[in-house]
Amino acid sequence: MPDHTAQTSPIIDVQDLTRKFGDFTAVDHITFSVGAGEIFAFLGPNGAGKTTTIKMLTTLLHPTAGRIRINGYDPQHQQDAVRKSFGIVFQDPSTDDELTAWENLELHGVLYGVDKALRRQRMEQLLDIVELSDRRDDQVKHFSGGMKRRLEIARGLLHHPKILFLDEPTIGLDPQTRNHLWSYVAELNVQEGITVFLTTHYMEEADKMAKRIAVIDHGKIVALGSSAELKAQTNTQTLEEAFLALTGKGIREEEAGAIDNMRLHARAWRGKRR
Amino acid sequence: MQTIYILWLRQIKRYSRSRSRMIGALGQPLLFLVALGFGFGPIFEKAGGGNYIQFLAPGIIAMSILFTAIFSGMEIIWDRQFGFLKETLVAPVPRLHIMIGRTLGSASVAFLQGFVVFLISMLVGFRPEQWGLFPIALLVMFLIALIFTALGTAIASVMEDFHGFQLIINFLVMPLFFLSGSLFPLQGLPTAIDIIAKLDPLTYGIDALRGTLVGAAHFGLTLDLGILVVLVALLMIVGSWLFSRIEV
Ligand SMILES: Nc1ncnc2c1ncn2[C@@H]1O[C@H](COP(=O)(O)OP(=O)(O)OP(=O)(O)O)[C@@H](O)[C@H]1O
Ligand SMILES: [Mg+2]
Repeated sequence: MPDHTAQTSPIIDVQDLTRKFGDFTAVDHITFSVGAGEIFAFLGPNGAGKTTTIKMLTTLLHPTAGRIRINGYDPQHQQDAVRKSFGIVFQDPSTDDELTAWENLELHGVLYGVDKALRRQRMEQLLDIVELSDRRDDQVKHFSGGMKRRLEIARGLLHHPKILFLDEPTIGLDPQTRNHLWSYVAELNVQEGITVFLTTHYMEEADKMAKRIAVIDHGKIVALGSSAELKAQTNTQTLEEAFLALTGKGIREEEAGAIDNMRLHARAWRGKRR
Repeated sequence: MQTIYILWLRQIKRYSRSRSRMIGALGQPLLFLVALGFGFGPIFEKAGGGNYIQFLAPGIIAMSILFTAIFSGMEIIWDRQFGFLKETLVAPVPRLHIMIGRTLGSASVAFLQGFVVFLISMLVGFRPEQWGLFPIALLVMFLIALIFTALGTAIASVMEDFHGFQLIINFLVMPLFFLSGSLFPLQGLPTAIDIIAKLDPLTYGIDALRGTLVGAAHFGLTLDLGILVVLVALLMIVGSWLFSRIEV
């Protein structure tokens, strides 16, 4: 029986969490908890329900059923208290293209009530870390995909929350930036005791960073434990092998078609407007 | 307060950076002023309506505010598609403040657009007849901007994508404009049109503009202003309620 509970007192506590879209069950009765100061990873194939879970934990989606506590609060009914507890780097882009890198960070800092002196200091520091200092006054629409990603990450780290959600933060990043990012996150975790909840498709990142890993497939948690435990449980040598043993080798269809189409429409429309 | 200010500022920055959008949005009012103003002017005068440009300009100013305000309010759909909306929705600030900041920003943009159209109408020959009431005219312009930004926000909060966009334009925005008494006087209309015009919020905005700019309010300035203020309050409440329920 995998160990579903955190060692320390849980800062994220989830019971029987379920989310349906119509008849389709994206997240299916999952139960787990994350201890304060822990680094916890969600691993799962495309469409497993990772992002949907994070959206429910972060007040963006209402659960169909189940119970969530974030820092002791309920995301459905105590939204403000929950929102004060976390920071998030989304899987999808969420910066404002028309604003500059600096303005995006500034807006975020103001929304999160980081006072001016500290805000400016961190903005400079983070832009250095993601190597965007020389482009800080460029509009984000002129950035490459990787640069946009780096800006998103810098922004997510600007206020130091109790819990940091990182939904595939390193997607599209070069190895240098990936290394920088993870060492900075590890530093925040140790120095400020920030709890980290991450998802990734890079097994070595989960292996290196996370104390415990939940493997999720078709909306269900199929295994939960440390990397060593998962390997032992599946009789495998590497986390990747363990992952494949747990989730099978078939490729998942991603039902992103509809959303991609919408984005395309949006772009065409915007183009006309300009 | 800071939240409201920074989101207001964002709307202003976005607007000031898309110059082509600004200029594009001026083409239509200019066309209406010139084509209708000069085209219908002689007939209108013969029918005893007086100078048509004097009559038309307040309607066209209101039209440009209506269009800009609704579309700015609906920018939420873009922000949803391009992801920025998520960034504001998870922030630890009341959604009401987010909604107010955005709405004030978009309304300011629409107001500015209306003011530029006012200047253009002066070029075409429009002359306000009572400068003393001009500050009130500006207030009316801002109220119109607020009403329709809030309406755009409310609509965009329940729309997932752009599929309904054409519908909104053809069945809401255009009727709001054409049936508001923007192009024709409200006296002696067939009953059906008269009722529709009286249900159209823009009617009272335009009437108040005529009242303040050329001294010819059909319903009277007090009634117009009263209705506009009530509508602002009502739509802000509905808009922020719908906005607070958005899921992404
Ligand atoms: N708004 C929605 N409406 C309908 N279905 C949805 C919606 N959002 C997600 N889904 C579906 O729920 C399932 C889980 O999606 P989710 O985004 O949580 O996957 P994920 O684990 O994050 O995958 P990936 O690794 O590709 O990011 C998918 O099948 C997806 O199509
Ligand atoms: Mg995902």
